[in-house]
Amino acid sequence: MANHSASHPAHVQHHFVDSDQQFDSAKLGMWVFLVNEILFFGGLFCAYIIFRAWYPELFTQAALQLDKVWGGVNTIVLIGSSLTVAMAIRSAQRNEIKGLRINLMITILLACVFLVIKYFEYEHKLHLGIAPGFFWNPAPEVTATLDHPQANIFFSIYYMMTGIHGLHVLVGIGLMIWLYIRAGKGHFSAEYYTPVEITGLYWHLVDLIWIFLFPLLYLIE
Amino acid sequence: MAITEAKKMTTLQVKRFKPSENPTNTFLTDEKGVWAWMTTVDHKKIGIMYLVAVAFFFALAGFLAIALRTELWTPAKTFIEADTYNQLFTLHGAMMVFFVLVPSIPAALGNFILPMQLGAKDVAFPRLNLASLYIYVAGAIFTFAALASGGFDTGWTFYTPYSSDGNGAGVIWVTLGVFILGFSSILTGTNFITTIHKLRAPGITWDRLPLNIWALYATSIIQVLATPVLAITILLLSFENIMDIGIFDPALGGDPVLFQHFFWFYSHPAVYIMIVPGFGIISEVISTFSKKTVFGYWAIALSSLAIAFIGFLVWGHHMFTSGQSAVATTVFSFLTFLVGIPTGIKIFNWIATLYRGSIDMKTPMLYVFIFLFLFSIGGFTGIMLGALSVDIHLHDTYYVVAHFHYVMMGGTLIALLAGLHYWWPKMTGKMYNEKLAQISAVLIFIGFNMTFLPQFIMGAQGMPRRYYNYIDQFTPFHQTSTIGSYILGVAFLIILYYLVKSLFSGEKAPSNPWNSRGLEWQSTSPPDFHNFDHTPVVINGPYDYHKPMEEFQLGLAVSHEGHDAEHAPAEVDTTEEKA
Ligand code: HEM
Ligand SMILES: [Cu+2]
Repeated sequence: MANHSASHPAHVQHHFVDSDQQFDSAKLGMWVFLVNEILFFGGLFCAYIIFRAWYPELFTQAALQLDKVWGGVNTIVLIGSSLTVAMAIRSAQRNEIKGLRINLMITILLACVFLVIKYFEYEHKLHLGIAPGFFWNPAPEVTATLDHPQANIFFSIYYMMTGIHGLHVLVGIGLMIWLYIRAGKGHFSAEYYTPVEITGLYWHLVDLIWIFLFPLLYLIE
Repeated sequence: MAITEAKKMTTLQVKRFKPSENPTNTFLTDEKGVWAWMTTVDHKKIGIMYLVAVAFFFALAGFLAIALRTELWTPAKTFIEADTYNQLFTLHGAMMVFFVLVPSIPAALGNFILPMQLGAKDVAFPRLNLASLYIYVAGAIFTFAALASGGFDTGWTFYTPYSSDGNGAGVIWVTLGVFILGFSSILTGTNFITTIHKLRAPGITWDRLPLNIWALYATSIIQVLATPVLAITILLLSFENIMDIGIFDPALGGDPVLFQHFFWFYSHPAVYIMIVPGFGIISEVISTFSKKTVFGYWAIALSSLAIAFIGFLVWGHHMFTSGQSAVATTVFSFLTFLVGIPTGIKIFNWIATLYRGSIDMKTPMLYVFIFLFLFSIGGFTGIMLGALSVDIHLHDTYYVVAHFHYVMMGGTLIALLAGLHYWWPKMTGKMYNEKLAQISAVLIFIGFNMTFLPQFIMGAQGMPRRYYNYIDQFTPFHQTSTIGSYILGVAFLIILYYLVKSLFSGEKAPSNPWNSRGLEWQSTSPPDFHNFDHTPVVINGPYDYHKPMEEFQLGLAVSHEGHDAEHAPAEVDTTEEKA
């Protein structure tokens, strides 16, 4: 067929004219998807604003239950991972596949550190009966400082926001493991690193959302 | 400026590719068998599968509608229980909105036509396209699971606290179903935006984009911006049901009006997700069957974007009686009037397109006229509902029911029928029976008005919506409406009959039965697996009926990197040559 150009490199899908077009499309598609994500979290942020306006004293009281130190550590961990994912892209652009794999590995590890810390935070809270919805059953040491009839709503929002964010971190880890394996098989080079680039974009958004979540949930007094 | 322009120009060698009237190799012959269809990434096959799925849900939800109308034949019980009635209208509404109207034009017809109008081989992300179909199916399975676990009777709007206090598993399943379904819509939108930006054939600059593409572009923007908000809303609602998180349920300190805000922040824009692609079809059909350039190209193109934008600012008009602040209601009322402007601009431009055209009253054009008539009534009554004082009286009456049926069925569905008849020969390679098609179009027009005009009158007289019983004085109106719905049912059966028949014994369709100048018609019927067996090159606007057909059948003569649409061909060599 005349519109089947013979010079297609292997990584270019049949319906693209060339590598550049494929790269640009993938990148635009990812940006559109990120807009999506922002609106998705936007709904949660909106709920946060409304309920904070309804029950301002609840929010300041309940935030004291959250651990600023570990929240802060997690923020630094995620910012660090944003740096390493950017370095991974840089390595790919320079055709340094070893560097690409090392940077991906560090990013994956940092993401895991984030989740482990998050796990211990959740664990501690659930232990105190600070659980979402009808599992809400606060221990006496919690009710001593947090005495509000709607206290569970704050934590419902907390669990929804951090839970969905955590799910995004998990998806990011999965994607980066996939990239790591593919990089090992020699799929990427300076000519073709589109999946690395767009996963990087996604990962920056995941970080960015946490950067909003952290002060809004942990640092209000 | 002139220098940089000149630098960007590339010279393309083109020649004429006249589409064959007897294609031996088409997308239907290329990959055969159930498995090939189920795993295909071809936008045309995916579009057709979407069409079948949408038709299935339309039949199902339509059948429910007939049952509902039959129940309303008498003021008291006719044949079903009140609780069943509540479940049936909920199911009817939810299916028609989420499973039929939202995906119908973009995912079914749009999927087929959009890459062809752009001269592309496929959408930008073919695998995501297939994924969106499977996500749709998954959403459908959840909805059937909801039915199996006791059903749901909240109305398609899922208002809390109806949907949050102890409704059982049904509501959880269906809301999760709608949540999942949203992603199929998001994927389609993402795909279309990227395809329109990056996959245009050489010469298709933004001012040569068919209006159908502009409409799908505006629609995709709404899908991408609004659907995630529905997703999070529905997710919160599900968690409200699963574990009482207290966000929306007033009994737990939550805010039910917040649910309504969230819901309508999606669902008002969603009504434009439904109607704007219909506008696109109308523009294509009206130009083809008037043999004339569309009047006010930019006005029509940009008004779609204006509608997409203003559509995000009016959601509060559904909540005039929900305890919104008086300031908010006034502002929302005012903004609602603004939406009428771009819509009106479109109607006037279409009518101006008809002026002095050589109008050919084929079935698609018949549907365009039906659309103009019905949609205008729907739009005007929308403006009336947007007027605060009037809406306090009309809210939650049959007047609203009539309004949205005039826009959704009289608008979107009629436009879908116009598009289906218009592109049927291209999609299937077969012609349908024109006479039967015209008869059923007329029956639809009659049946539709019989069904829904009386509802305006009843509504204005105070008949509330979603009621199982009514007072005797409304009997004649309800009965007229029920008879109308039967006529509609018959008309749709006729359509089903002749369309299916055409597949088996229809006349073979020529490549361009309507003599359209649209790029999608410059391929074989049905198209080749790659849509065109050359890279199309476009040098004219999509509606330049004053130019000869040859100029619309050009393609790259040599293999060349021609994806960059901004580079208009400066030198075009139109040597006559048969492909
Ligand atoms: C000129 C444009 C339009 C205006 C000004 C308008 C205005 C309105 C208003 C004010 C209401 C609320 C009535 C009430 O509940 O009291 C309403 C309801 C509705 N409209 Fe429209 N509308 C327009 C176009 C459309 C279109 C194009 C569609 C769909 C394709 C649509 C679908 C609906 C639906 C489904 C409802 C009822 C929702 C429900 O409560 O179940 N409207 N419209
Ligand atoms: Cu609305």
